[in-house]
Amino acid sequence: MSARTLPLLFLNLGGEMLYILDQRLRAQSIPGEKARKDEWTDVDRKRVMNDIITTMFNKKFMEELFKPQELYSKKALRTVYDRLAHASIMRLNQASMDKLYDLMTMAFKYQVLLCPRPKDILLVTFNHLDAIKDFIRDSPGILNQVDETFRQLIETYSCLSAGEFQLIRQTLLIFFQDMHIRVSIFLKDKVQNSNGRFVLPISGPVPWGTEVPGLIRVFNHNGDEVKRTEFTTDGNYVTPQREGSFDLYGDRVLKLGTNMYSVSRPVETHMSGSSKNLASHAKENIVPNPLAKEELNFLARLLGGLEVKKPGGSETGFRLNLFTTDEEEEHAALTRPEELSYKVINIEATQEPGRRAELSRILGEMEVAEPRPPSAGKGEDLLALMDGL
Amino acid sequence: MYRKEKSIQLKSSSAALYNNLSVLRLPGRQLACFSAVHGPSVNVVSAAADGLGFSHRQLQAKEGGMAVSTSVLTQAAWCVLPSRVLLVLTSQKGIQMYESDGSIMVYWHALDVTEHPPAQAVFARGIAAAGGRFICVGTSSGLVLVFDIPPKGTNITVSEVLEEHHDAITDIAAELGQAPDGAGDLVTADDAGTLCVWSAGEEFTLLSKIPAFGCTCSSVKLWNGVVAAGYGNGQIRLYEAATGLLRAEVNAHARWIYALDLAPQTGKLLSGAEDSFVHVWKLSRNPDTNDVEIEHCHAECVTDTQVCGARFCDPEGNSFAVTGYDLSEIFRYSQV
Repeated sequence: MSARTLPLLFLNLGGEMLYILDQRLRAQSIPGEKARKDEWTDVDRKRVMNDIITTMFNKKFMEELFKPQELYSKKALRTVYDRLAHASIMRLNQASMDKLYDLMTMAFKYQVLLCPRPKDILLVTFNHLDAIKDFIRDSPGILNQVDETFRQLIETYSCLSAGEFQLIRQTLLIFFQDMHIRVSIFLKDKVQNSNGRFVLPISGPVPWGTEVPGLIRVFNHNGDEVKRTEFTTDGNYVTPQREGSFDLYGDRVLKLGTNMYSVSRPVETHMSGSSKNLASHAKENIVPNPLAKEELNFLARLLGGLEVKKPGGSETGFRLNLFTTDEEEEHAALTRPEELSYKVINIEATQEPGRRAELSRILGEMEVAEPRPPSAGKGEDLLALMDGL
Repeated sequence: MYRKEKSIQLKSSSAALYNNLSVLRLPGRQLACFSAVHGPSVNVVSAAADGLGFSHRQLQAKEGGMAVSTSVLTQAAWCVLPSRVLLVLTSQKGIQMYESDGSIMVYWHALDVTEHPPAQAVFARGIAAAGGRFICVGTSSGLVLVFDIPPKGTNITVSEVLEEHHDAITDIAAELGQAPDGAGDLVTADDAGTLCVWSAGEEFTLLSKIPAFGCTCSSVKLWNGVVAAGYGNGQIRLYEAATGLLRAEVNAHARWIYALDLAPQTGKLLSGAEDSFVHVWKLSRNPDTNDVEIEHCHAECVTDTQVCGARFCDPEGNSFAVTGYDLSEIFRYSQV
């Protein structure tokens, strides 16, 4: 409903994705000298993070993202993240990509649900961006891009009213409706119940601008207070100490949106149980949407047009596993419940002209895709893509 | 004291939208109907009073001309007029009106997209029957459309457009009891928190305007000349409808209020919010001082649920029903 939701959805999900990838890459990395050719090192990890962040904050991409528009469907958005995750030498199998997306979405759903005020979604976004800036703190070029986006967020959202923020929040909650995938780290921390629903605390600080419930004041026709009464409930609320900062730099106060993963806390999801939930069968598009493929892609096409960093020599790309073993990954792929399938065609971005034509056809472009001249630079590729629309 | 009764299962969960539960009680037929929206559809459930036997129906939001994208429903509500009852649905594309059982659509009004600036969301929201003859529906641009409803048939027309609000309409409520002179028939509320009190008729007249204080008013009720308003900061405020004077201020909830309802025969007020709580209050007027009074009667915690709809199921307020975000059932409670 709100036409200003997509940037927040994209950036926060992207932030969660980076947290998870960083944790998995650290967990699987081997010290540089000891690493074999096919094993991850710290240098590789930084490279992957840099590549993905550079792609994510690409100027043209951000410009398109910030245009007022309706939210993409879950399927369309998933394709964008597929592309993003493959913006570097890293490769993910379908099962790992599915798990990554499950974790990202459940984490952000949790953050949106527990935001004290609708406006605090902006603080959650800033938490993600602050962490992203820390990932690339040694690369001033990319840091600049991220700061630009930060400024654009402040410009776009600072003047929105509480009511408009609530509409954004409601739009996000519609997007996340009926998702109850159980996440091991949430279950352990007791923020999620075994039925997949999040725990909503009835204690703690009230949102900034809200009073602790309990007081009733009555006024006479002159406006004077004539009576005060109190009521009690099971809730145990306190006044908040201070408000988080909405500036480029500052203490956000809110912990939602900060990195909850660490090397010692592995990320797992549980698929069982959710198939019994009636609501998860809700079909997203009852009316077949002839323009569904079209929506797929200004963004995804822009991502596809960006050059994939081809590692030198004979490397074809490092595979990252979101599971503990290859067998687990295979098993997850085979046992994923039907209704949780994203039904996404796993696309590997390559530069081969023949492959590119196939991609274009799949994405439903109207024109007949011709093999593109191999020498075109990055900028010309993008323009060529846009001309073709 | 209220205790929890058997819930009603829904075909799909309820969306986190304001006032997302409507209840229709048809006294003669011992039947209560419930409706809650989710995405492009609304669940309409008819339950027999003895709790046995339910029938379910799902109605869909009507597409716009181009069928470019599915439309999301923002609200569904029954409007009870002397001659007929209509089920009204509001969406991003427009307003649909059905016969009360949802069997036939009798009217469709498409929203004029050009009225809205390009980056703004477009939708209709806020539904109430007024003046025994009209149905009023709000829009995201702040307009309130007044529809003239004939006793039967499909010849529904737009009788007037009220242009007093500058922000998206959140809720509309008609006087449920007896209005004292000059106290008005209808109150409209918007995203900024401004409230307008109107007298209904061939031409609606603005009687008073209650200014915003910085918080969205998401739900509003009007009873015996008292406006009860629920706000985004968790407060309930009571105003004199005729003068706009503030009469009571309650720090009721720890989060955004999503729904208010009122039982006209007793003055009981129901409030539901994102903080998981549903409260029952009692409104009254002190006969000596004429002060409006409000006392707290009951608190119900709907564990781990952000409440999005709450309605009394009878005019005395002996029972109420609740919907929550992501919840595929309607919780019911009755007085013991």
